[in-house]
Amino acid sequence: MSEKKPLLEISNIDTYYGVIHILQQVNLRVDEGELVCLLGGNACGKSTTLKTILGMVKPKVGKIMFAGEDVTHQNTPARVKLGMAVVPENRRLFGPMTVLENLKIGAYVRGEAAQEDLERVYDLFPKLKERSSQLAGTLSGGEQQMVAVGRALMSHPRLILMDEPSMGLAPKLVEQSFEMIANLHSQGVSMLIVEQNANMALSVADRGYVLQTGRIVLEGEAKELAGHEELRRAYLGR
Amino acid sequence: MSENRVPEEIQENAAHEAAKLGIGTDEWVAQHEERTARKKGLKGVPQFIDESIPAWARWVVLLAAAFAFGAFVDNQYLLRIGVNLGLFVMLSYGLNIVMGYAGLLDLGYVAFYGIGAYGYALMSSEQLGHHWSTWLSVLIIIIGTALLGYIVSLPARRLFGDYLAIVTLFFGQVFVQLVLASDNITFPWADDYVDITAGANGIPGIDPFSFFGHKFLNIRDYYWLLLVLVALLTITISRINRTRIGRAWRTIREDALAAESMGVMVNRLKTMAFVTGAAIAGLAGAIFAAMQSAVFVSGFDMPLMTMIYAAVILGGSGSLAGAVMGAIVMSVLPEVLRVTNYSEILFLAVLVLTLAAVGKSVKRFTINIVSIALIGFAVKILLGFASIKITPTEEWVVGPVSRALSHWMYVPLDRVLWGNCAFVILIVLIAYFTTTTPRIKTILLPIIGYLGIFLWEVRLVTDVNTTRQLLIGAMLVVLMITRPQGFLGKPRVEVL
Repeated sequence: MSEKKPLLEISNIDTYYGVIHILQQVNLRVDEGELVCLLGGNACGKSTTLKTILGMVKPKVGKIMFAGEDVTHQNTPARVKLGMAVVPENRRLFGPMTVLENLKIGAYVRGEAAQEDLERVYDLFPKLKERSSQLAGTLSGGEQQMVAVGRALMSHPRLILMDEPSMGLAPKLVEQSFEMIANLHSQGVSMLIVEQNANMALSVADRGYVLQTGRIVLEGEAKELAGHEELRRAYLGR
Repeated sequence: MSENRVPEEIQENAAHEAAKLGIGTDEWVAQHEERTARKKGLKGVPQFIDESIPAWARWVVLLAAAFAFGAFVDNQYLLRIGVNLGLFVMLSYGLNIVMGYAGLLDLGYVAFYGIGAYGYALMSSEQLGHHWSTWLSVLIIIIGTALLGYIVSLPARRLFGDYLAIVTLFFGQVFVQLVLASDNITFPWADDYVDITAGANGIPGIDPFSFFGHKFLNIRDYYWLLLVLVALLTITISRINRTRIGRAWRTIREDALAAESMGVMVNRLKTMAFVTGAAIAGLAGAIFAAMQSAVFVSGFDMPLMTMIYAAVILGGSGSLAGAVMGAIVMSVLPEVLRVTNYSEILFLAVLVLTLAAVGKSVKRFTINIVSIALIGFAVKILLGFASIKITPTEEWVVGPVSRALSHWMYVPLDRVLWGNCAFVILIVLIAYFTTTTPRIKTILLPIIGYLGIFLWEVRLVTDVNTTRQLLIGAMLVVLMITRPQGFLGKPRVEVL
């Protein structure tokens, strides 16, 4: 990694829910083309971090830079337009709409969905082409995950935010899901993955952060973290 | 990985299951064909209609029928029903955008209809002494209601579901109260009061529409106007529904938060839905006022609101064809039920159909019918012994059906008392029926059937208006239980 260009940089973020202090002085960086994972147990603020990055929750203090712009005060659609895309927790597909419609919604900020974007997603997930007219809610968990990722790709994102890609999937599908993530990463897509399954996440990531009760307690190269004694005891169950 | 250490037996089992279902599919998906396969019997009819006839063919048939109706029907009463249907379709379309697509529970929707009607009335009658050109007043109404729709949409930006319903309900009531109170307003700069809306008396003598020197004196003119408008709206709305705007509306309905994280500008789209719906309702109101030549505020209150909602939900929320179908049912059926003769036939037909649906087999069905007949004779004999005074046959027979029943049915003299008792018992029995064991159900069913007929002949026939409401209500309840998505609506699919 000769030249590191930060794509997303959040500095000294403090987020509150009412009076409850959730994120405390969180600093996080994702470089161009990098795959970063954010680890942590339950209720430590992982999803809140993601929501703050995406603009669903506004931080009280701090600054969010994305693609060279200060987006701290921009709303979610504006940030999506700049190149963020999200694969939400539990996928949050639009159940009674078809797979095709779900994919097209991903391209909403770019106008009408272009055919070549669709083809790109279909190349990645051939199964979705067969299922394009099926209602998204009737797909299996793994297929829904494909739609959710495909939907995110439709907007030509510069950064994909993934919230718990392993949630609600069978062990086999978790593996597939991470294979897919590694595959996307190898094609140069930058990603920030929020995950409880530390083992899996560290196996594909470049770097990682560990969040504990709203504070970043550890950060470093994924390989380093995977070998970190404290982390192993806390999250890897060994 | 710890999750992977599953006992071998279970793994084998899972492998077996997977082989049966195919890799990557779970049970739910594997059963997809089965679930979507056509249901047999009565329940499959709406699905059959939905699947076997292409959409455009349905619209062409509908348009041809509507055209033939306008061209060949000469009866003023029938034409008026046709015009009412046209207005109802417009209102359903508008609500279908707000509620069906965008999922916004707008309970003040009917106020836009009222504002359109009153707006036209004020611009084209002696009430304020204005007689503006139709073009101008209709244009003002469309823009005005759209603007009001924008204002009402502002709270909708922060509210959803039932909270939005309360706010919009308030808006609807404000309209009604404002019209009622505006017959006596003293402006600060004036000495005398002014009468703007004539309050509860309504505004009479409204000018008919007049385009290019052609005055709409015949009701048929309004029919053609509405037919053209509805056709245009159908094309436009179904087009919009297929663009990114339409898709985005539906994502808001499904999951506004997820929609926003996809970059959908939720607030702007909510406003667009409100504005479009309001403008359509306002235009319909203007046409109504011109056609009716008088407006009364009571016509734009909750009863009409519930009817429009019923039409949209009945037809299938989010489907234009469904909105038309719901509008037909909700605007034509009450007229049919106004005639006791028809309503009697309809009532018994529904009863027999229900028995057929519940009985499942021909044998069961026959047993039920025979049991009902036997109960009838038993009641006649028992009450005959008790020598309760009866209503003379000529007094209660209203049509061929009741004539046929006249030797079997026992109609006591005090119809109100007996009818009300039967009503209460019937409701209790039905409530009990839904929770009890199959054995008791078999016994209860003929009794409920008999009580239904008894209630009908003794009480409901005498009170046509209540009966209409009851029948429509009962029909809605039955439909919502058997087909919650409405006639032509898409079944709900929940993710997860």
